[in-house]
Amino acid sequence: MSVIATPTRQSTGGISARTVNRIVIYGLLALFALFYLMPLFVMLVTSFKTMDEIQNGNMLALPQAPTFEPWLKAWGETCVGLTCAGIKGYFWNSIKMVVPAVLISTLLGALNGYVLTKWRFRGHTLVFGLMLFACFIPFQSVLLPMATILGSLGRFGVTLRNATGFSFGLGNPTVNLVFVHVVYGLGFTTLFFRNYYEAFPTELVKAAQVDGASFFQIFRRIMLPNSMPIFVVTVIYQFTNIWNDFLFASAYAGTGDAMPMTVALNNVVNTSTGVVEYNVNMAAAMIAALPTLLVYVVAGRYFVRGLMAGAVKG
Amino acid sequence: MTTVATQIKLTPEHNARPGASVRSRLQDALPKIVLAPSFAITIVFVYGFILWTVYLSFTNSKTFPSYALTGPRAYQRLWRWTFESDPPSSWYTSITNMGIFGFLYIFICLALGLFLAILLDQKIRGEGMLRPIYLYPMALSFIVTGVAWKWFLDPGLGLEQTLHQWGWTSFHFDWIKNKDFVIYTVVIAGVWQASGFIMAMFLAGLRGIDGEIMKAAQIDGATTVQLYRRIVIPLLRPVFLSAFIVLAHLAIKSYDLVVALTSGGPGGSAWLPSNFMYEYTFKRNEMAVGSASAVIMLMTITAIIVPYLYSELRERPR
Repeated sequence: MSVIATPTRQSTGGISARTVNRIVIYGLLALFALFYLMPLFVMLVTSFKTMDEIQNGNMLALPQAPTFEPWLKAWGETCVGLTCAGIKGYFWNSIKMVVPAVLISTLLGALNGYVLTKWRFRGHTLVFGLMLFACFIPFQSVLLPMATILGSLGRFGVTLRNATGFSFGLGNPTVNLVFVHVVYGLGFTTLFFRNYYEAFPTELVKAAQVDGASFFQIFRRIMLPNSMPIFVVTVIYQFTNIWNDFLFASAYAGTGDAMPMTVALNNVVNTSTGVVEYNVNMAAAMIAALPTLLVYVVAGRYFVRGLMAGAVKG
Repeated sequence: MTTVATQIKLTPEHNARPGASVRSRLQDALPKIVLAPSFAITIVFVYGFILWTVYLSFTNSKTFPSYALTGPRAYQRLWRWTFESDPPSSWYTSITNMGIFGFLYIFICLALGLFLAILLDQKIRGEGMLRPIYLYPMALSFIVTGVAWKWFLDPGLGLEQTLHQWGWTSFHFDWIKNKDFVIYTVVIAGVWQASGFIMAMFLAGLRGIDGEIMKAAQIDGATTVQLYRRIVIPLLRPVFLSAFIVLAHLAIKSYDLVVALTSGGPGGSAWLPSNFMYEYTFKRNEMAVGSASAVIMLMTITAIIVPYLYSELRERPR
């Protein structure tokens, strides 16, 4: 469906009017491409410059003598608050938080979607509606009660450790964040799988039923092998969201060694003591952005599909 | 809508043998048992917690929660602050910013998204390369976006400095340090991040339009502008609605971008209600006021989302 491009009868100057049209369109598209690329470009080149070059040179200029120093410093030496051991620890914190949170919420979402489409019961729409609305709430409205509960669980964990030697993860900020992200990610994962399974032929499930397959057998043998695309979409969506989260991270692991990457990056950038090392800040920002950018580059198609599925219900 | 589950339940044999009955009843209940934890979690940690927050907003909790109800005092204070514009209260600043940010963010994203989608839909060579370029900011966190734009908009380092070096010495752009304009820098960064995604939504919508309709209109002699104004844009109405919902709830939830880009702005001049809530609850020891502001945010989103979800879920009477 292209309209502007199609030469119409009234354009007697035919070719030239069309060429002008094309030039304008391509020019505008290129201009906007610049607008979207600029910040990333600046961030990238700055991260390879020396401080000297940053202060005296042009922001858009390519580095004269590219150096990896800022990246190494950001990874291993820069100060986050009072600890100066780089951001590597926080990077791993994020990984340790993201992997279990994504896996658990995706698996639960798959089971929920399966029940809500193939084992319907009275009121299934209401149940789904209530879970769906949870996707949209501003998390500020649950922030404080969750903080209170996590606080009590932490105290209980200390008691437990004193009694048994184990705290069972209670009070561990990473475990807390995994829990929080599973809880508030369930709505999305359930939505994704429900919409996907909605289109899955119910006859197959019924046939398996007649053959005596159980609830879990059907899920494992019939649903799961056919769910690859939606698994990829959901995992990518959850990964991006949880990796990029800042609100929960700063509220429940805002200080100390358990900070996730986003909080650590914010601390690095806003540390006002001493000379601000912009190149190191930019390298740190690039490191924080790399995992999600990588996912986007490798599986962009699924990434977009996930965003769409979260926005438009099928 | 007869599901397998209900059929099984109706089979009389199950009640005949007492031993098997427990098992088969368990089988019948299994789907619900599987769903139950997720549902219970949602009820407790979403709806229960919301009620908890509402309750707290009617107490006089300061640093720690207090559970003696003291009436709508927090709301009265917010109400008073709503009109306190000289000097503006933090709440006044927050909701004014929300208005400015919300309107511009949604409007520009929709306009720019639609514009780019229409341009990209003109049989563009290299579309496969341009689309990901427009869209990648959506993969970045608000924190990274904020850091990048903070640098780019800094008068001493970024755009202003660069243009000075190129000879345009009178160029002046210090919005990010100016308390009256800082919120517009949040708009710029926010639009940069989300507009590509809105473009993708519109593009998908455009691709879904039946080519026959367009041809017919062209044969009838419609000009390009007429075609888009009278036919294409009206056909895209559902996309406008979805995009609006996405943008509106993103706008109200925006928190990290303000923190990373402006650290709240000079004197808290870039605050949005989400920042107000966080600061009052966790830093200024005004828990009740913070909770009340969270409730107001929730009600705003509810007013937008619930009618939408209701119509979406009702539409399918399968």
